[in-house]
Amino acid sequence: MSLVIRLRTVVCLLGRFPALAGADLDVAAGEILLVSGPNGAGKTTLLRLVAGLLAPYSGEAEVLGHDLYHDRLAARRKIAIVGHETYCYDDLTARENVEFFARAAGRGTADVDAVVDRVALGDAARVVHRGLSAGQRRRLALAVALVRGPELLLLDEPHAGLDALGREVLADVVRDAPGEGRTVVMVSHELEIARPLATREVRVDGGQTAAVTPMGATMTEPAAKSTVSAPAVVPAVTP
Amino acid sequence: MSGTSLWREAAVVAGKDLRIEARARVALGQILPFGLIVILLFAFALDPDRGVLTRVAPGLFWIAVLLATLLAVGRAFAIETHHNARDGLRMAGLDGGAIFLGKAAAIALQLAVLEVVLGVAVIVMYGVDVHGLGVVLITATAATVGLAATGTLYGVLAAGLRLRETLLPLLLLPVIAPVMLGATRAFEDGLGGVPGDAWPWVGMLGVFAVLYTTIGVMAFGALWEET
Amino acid sequence: MERDELLAPIVRRIVGVLTIVSLVALVLFGLWGAPTDEVQGDAQRVMYLHVPSAWLAYLAFFITASASALFLWRRTRADVWDRVAGASAELGVMFTGLALVLGSIWGRPVWGFWWAWDARLVSTALLFFLFLGYCALRRIPSSDPVGAAKRNAIAALIAFVDVPIVHFSVEWWRTLHQKATVFNPQLNPEIHGVMALTLWIGTIAFTLLYVYLLDRRYRLAVLEHGRADVELAHAIAERTGVKAGVT
Repeated sequence: MSLVIRLRTVVCLLGRFPALAGADLDVAAGEILLVSGPNGAGKTTLLRLVAGLLAPYSGEAEVLGHDLYHDRLAARRKIAIVGHETYCYDDLTARENVEFFARAAGRGTADVDAVVDRVALGDAARVVHRGLSAGQRRRLALAVALVRGPELLLLDEPHAGLDALGREVLADVVRDAPGEGRTVVMVSHELEIARPLATREVRVDGGQTAAVTPMGATMTEPAAKSTVSAPAVVPAVTP
Repeated sequence: MSGTSLWREAAVVAGKDLRIEARARVALGQILPFGLIVILLFAFALDPDRGVLTRVAPGLFWIAVLLATLLAVGRAFAIETHHNARDGLRMAGLDGGAIFLGKAAAIALQLAVLEVVLGVAVIVMYGVDVHGLGVVLITATAATVGLAATGTLYGVLAAGLRLRETLLPLLLLPVIAPVMLGATRAFEDGLGGVPGDAWPWVGMLGVFAVLYTTIGVMAFGALWEET
Repeated sequence: MERDELLAPIVRRIVGVLTIVSLVALVLFGLWGAPTDEVQGDAQRVMYLHVPSAWLAYLAFFITASASALFLWRRTRADVWDRVAGASAELGVMFTGLALVLGSIWGRPVWGFWWAWDARLVSTALLFFLFLGYCALRRIPSSDPVGAAKRNAIAALIAFVDVPIVHFSVEWWRTLHQKATVFNPQLNPEIHGVMALTLWIGTIAFTLLYVYLLDRRYRLAVLEHGRADVELAHAIAERTGVKAGVT
């Protein structure tokens, strides 16, 4: 099975701070990977790097066959990320926001209807973003990500601020992902909710990754292990 | 990417920006009144009784438009900062050239509305006569496209950076100085002078607009990527 | 192509010596060698500095634009071009500023006023601001060195494209609407042979000075980059050290 994500001793900077200081990660297609770790470990940076929103500083980084140094736009077309923020516009309604991202991805009204339905937005779809409740916003963020039909879905603390309905929706989306040909990487603090959904767990700490003992029963694939190795400080500046 | 999808994506972006403006009315409710107060303040600075205002009206008009352009560009990129929409737009998988065309078109349209209102204000308050309406309209169109294109280009250049509010005017104003110059001269000819004299300036404005629109379509993607 | 030094040490030494020699020659010729101008008097001697400064201003920006283009072109992309572009732009701003100040100092006795809306003056002033903005942009730090270098290179080219437009529009503006009053032919008589020679010495001296300063500024940029690398290595060691402590 081909690798969806392949990172080797990746250093990623936030300003001058090495948020990732030599991270390794292999994720196979169809996996549901849980990324755990303390605050400030570099989990969000890891997701943003994989999403193609941040450029690696050094190391090897490939996502869906695209090199993250030169080919981030192509990678992003197949990836969706649900972050702490909704990425939505305050003055547009929930549905208009979903419509915008659908149209941008060349998708039609049918896709919008289906996704708005799937996250159970109901009448809230007609409310402008600034008028939505926290729970509704979380579901909208999920809808905006799903409407593009991504091959790789990245979830950053998806359980935070989620209401009961939202948890159900999210669990369904994550469980259905492998069947829909979708790989999921989620960062979560709420391990008791997230662990049952995941097929594997990786721990991030101090900007590096370490494998967590595989949860035998849920492992579908003996996916490549994560290792810790010394990062190279040589920047890969000039291609 | 094919030409049709470039225009389709540009229309999606422009539609989004204009819809947000229709709801939030920042250009209409803040930038337009700002332009009007600038026009009014010029009259305080230059005594209206001495007939100076009528002579310098074209220059004052374009200075007001230039200042409004700075605000409009700032606003066009400010809407991408709430709720981290910039990341959302980057994840949307749109071509950089399309985002450029969409944003520039939305800015150009807002500037056009602003220019109409400011134009009426100048005609009424400064007592200006319009001799060559055609020249004036064509000049305004070419200048507006040029302003929107350079504004969008420099807007994204500064957008991701700290200090963007102070950096944008420093970067943008020297570049659009020729637009200010050309549009003012063309307006002088079109309003009170010989309208036919304006054509060389209109040509210069046209070259400027085409040049910077082309650069924008080519370069915006790379600038938009920079984090 | 990566290089720690722009010029080989021996070349730099030669350039340095030649710079000093030519600057001394410029002082000698400029103050004593060249005859006093019949119309402008001694004020004309400012020209021996002003003209070379203006020439260097344009040369420096041309180098910045060329280096930026070489950086953007993938086959020639290398840090060296980014650094040359930045170093040259800073020198360009300096020489442009010098040209403006010297022009003003010259204008006061000759024209009778500090500033005139002369086409060349106005476009030089705009050039000054164009690249001042570029330098301000370069100073803003970034977490993505390649991205920042690309951004800067694009900004340099966008600004450079504007130079001819500024030049021609300003030229046009001053000739279409009023006849040149400042540069009347009487003020520009046949240039005396020694005067021309002095101008040439000045141009050569300033060009050598530019090359020497460019090399030094380049070296500084390399050192700054090296320091950033060392700091990063420390930061990574610290970060991974914290990790070892936890696990």
